[in-house]
Amino acid sequence: MPPGDLAAPEVIIVGGGPVGLTLALDLGRKGHRVVVLNRFDFIAAGSKAICFAKRSLDIMDRLGIGQRMIEKGVIWNLGKVFHSDAEDPLFQFDMLPVKDQKNPGFINIQQYYVEEYLVDALADYSNVDLRWGHEVVGLQHHDDSAAVTVRCAQGEYSITAPWVIAGDGSKSPMRQMLGLDFEGRVFEDNFLIADVKFTEDRPSERWFWFDPPFNGAGSALLHKQPDDVWRLDFQLGWDIDRDAAILPENVEPYVRGMIGDDVEFEEEWYSVYTFQCRRMRNFVHGRVIFIGDAAHLVSPFGARGCNGGIADADNLAWKLDLILNGDAAPNLIASYDYEAIVTADENILNSTRSTDFMTPKSTMSHVFRDAVLELAKDHQFARPFVNSGRLSTPVSYPQSPLTTPDADPWGGGVMPGSPALDAALGDGWLIDQLGDEFVLMTNGGGITCEGVRVLDLAEHENAAAVIERYGLTDGGAYLFRPDQYVAARWHSPSLDEVQRAFQTAKGARSGSIN
Amino acid sequence: MAQSIEPQAIDTSARINRPDDMYQMLIDAHAGLDDHGSMKLNAKLVLILANHIGDMDILAQAIDLARTSAPYSSNRQQDVS
Ligand SMILES: Cc1cc2nc3c(=O)[nH]c(=O)nc-3n(C[C@H](O)[C@H](O)[C@H](O)COP(=O)(O)OP(=O)(O)OC[C@H]3O[C@@H](n4cnc5c(N)ncnc54)[C@H](O)[C@@H]3O)c2cc1C
Repeated sequence: MPPGDLAAPEVIIVGGGPVGLTLALDLGRKGHRVVVLNRFDFIAAGSKAICFAKRSLDIMDRLGIGQRMIEKGVIWNLGKVFHSDAEDPLFQFDMLPVKDQKNPGFINIQQYYVEEYLVDALADYSNVDLRWGHEVVGLQHHDDSAAVTVRCAQGEYSITAPWVIAGDGSKSPMRQMLGLDFEGRVFEDNFLIADVKFTEDRPSERWFWFDPPFNGAGSALLHKQPDDVWRLDFQLGWDIDRDAAILPENVEPYVRGMIGDDVEFEEEWYSVYTFQCRRMRNFVHGRVIFIGDAAHLVSPFGARGCNGGIADADNLAWKLDLILNGDAAPNLIASYDYEAIVTADENILNSTRSTDFMTPKSTMSHVFRDAVLELAKDHQFARPFVNSGRLSTPVSYPQSPLTTPDADPWGGGVMPGSPALDAALGDGWLIDQLGDEFVLMTNGGGITCEGVRVLDLAEHENAAAVIERYGLTDGGAYLFRPDQYVAARWHSPSLDEVQRAFQTAKGARSGSIN
Repeated sequence: MAQSIEPQAIDTSARINRPDDMYQMLIDAHAGLDDHGSMKLNAKLVLILANHIGDMDILAQAIDLARTSAPYSSNRQQDVS
């Protein structure tokens, strides 16, 4: 048992996957005493997630590991969609429509690198105790705390904290200990992942095929990862022998069909997966809070699993921070339930629709799918219907109890409830200036509000891009939350309006916890 | 400030001035196609026309009309007049 304060942590995180570790780092940086309990004492070798979206990079940047991820990762912005045996793509799309931002639209990097970088960064925080090989086997819920029973090599012990976070993955033992379940759809399809290593100069783009000649069962995907590893993904259908499907002699024909007979390749990781698009009804259960795959599951098309989980950690960290510091009431947590569920629902909706387009479930949906693909070749209007995965973008919460709706008319800019849109500022970037506290970004005007840091664009060089992207007039202002979401905005605010929006963003209108 | 815009109602008056020609045109379009080909042609037509209309409210009303104007489920009474 560790000595001192960490015997009495403020937060216990169950599960040391990418989502739990992200939350641990965010809370650790804010000085909180955190214990992370992870069943295994190693980082899994196969990489489930490979695509990390811009919003996740912005978050990881705020946490100090974004640039390390980008340096290692394969940057890509372009996706191409192919149909049948045509050599030219049906069309292509750009994942970073607004250019001149610090971080790219997407990078590909193996999940285990991200976990490793998080663990490395956590080494700087003695207030965070990572316990590997510690499995949670029991849970006791109290009025304003929860206790978990932990099994490790030395035996069993119990540990209590005001907040216990369940980041223990899709099978979530914590969820089962509370007798809770998922609601939603399970899809009857199998997909083969063949992560293979080969050296060839191909562009770092996302290539997606509908009905290619090399896969009679449906769709296929090709994507580049660091270290000359490529992700090849093939739809297999439902009625298959899953153990046989990953035997090298059965995988090889798929790989050869896609990359050709003349390329030397090596197996990195073969795996067959099925998926579900489901979530828990609520993520907050008294003092136990669910994050990541433990709370919600999506199909991998759209890269919304890990990216969605990182969004949970980002949303939760600053709320726990305010509550633990006594700067907000515990019911601020109810807004996590609301906002994380809005996020999960959007991710589930998008990934369900992508899946239905890729693997049509009825004759008629197959007919419409083929009609779209055939029209898309020559007619631009049909291309937006083609759904090869709607890739993860940040979710907005205009109706959140933390958001103050516009009172002024706005033609453009960034809506309340949406995340910051980055732009050049000074010799750096806006997101660097926003950091992780409440910020009032003003364009002159001289307002100050206690508890809110002012970022006055009028005092910065090279602020034109920010002023333009935010549609700011002289004296206008935006209030940002610590997760860089817009809480409110005005053309010419009074101090009273700013104070009220600040209180609202700290949960003054938030409901009570169930 | 905020003005509530009434959604436009779908126009169900008879607007085609040569109905027999138009009907024949539809039938002829399917000449020589098997059932699957016909279904795909209809689907393309729906997509092309939907895009031309470009108004989700009108399309929602059209879908509703199509679903409710004919007996499509077995537990509905067949209207024989
Ligand atoms: C094939 C595939 C491809 C994917 N690709 C992408 C992608 O490109 N982009 C993307 O964003 N997402 C992707 N995902 C989803 C992504 O991998 C998951 O969303 C992500 O791993 C979720 O992280 P997590 O931390 O919530 O859970 P996990 O990664 O499952 O971590 C949970 C941790 O909790 C631990 N644990 C479990 N029970 C206990 C216990 N009782 N006590 C202590 N510890 C426990 C586990 O050992 C594990 O370490 C993909 C998924 C699959 C299957």
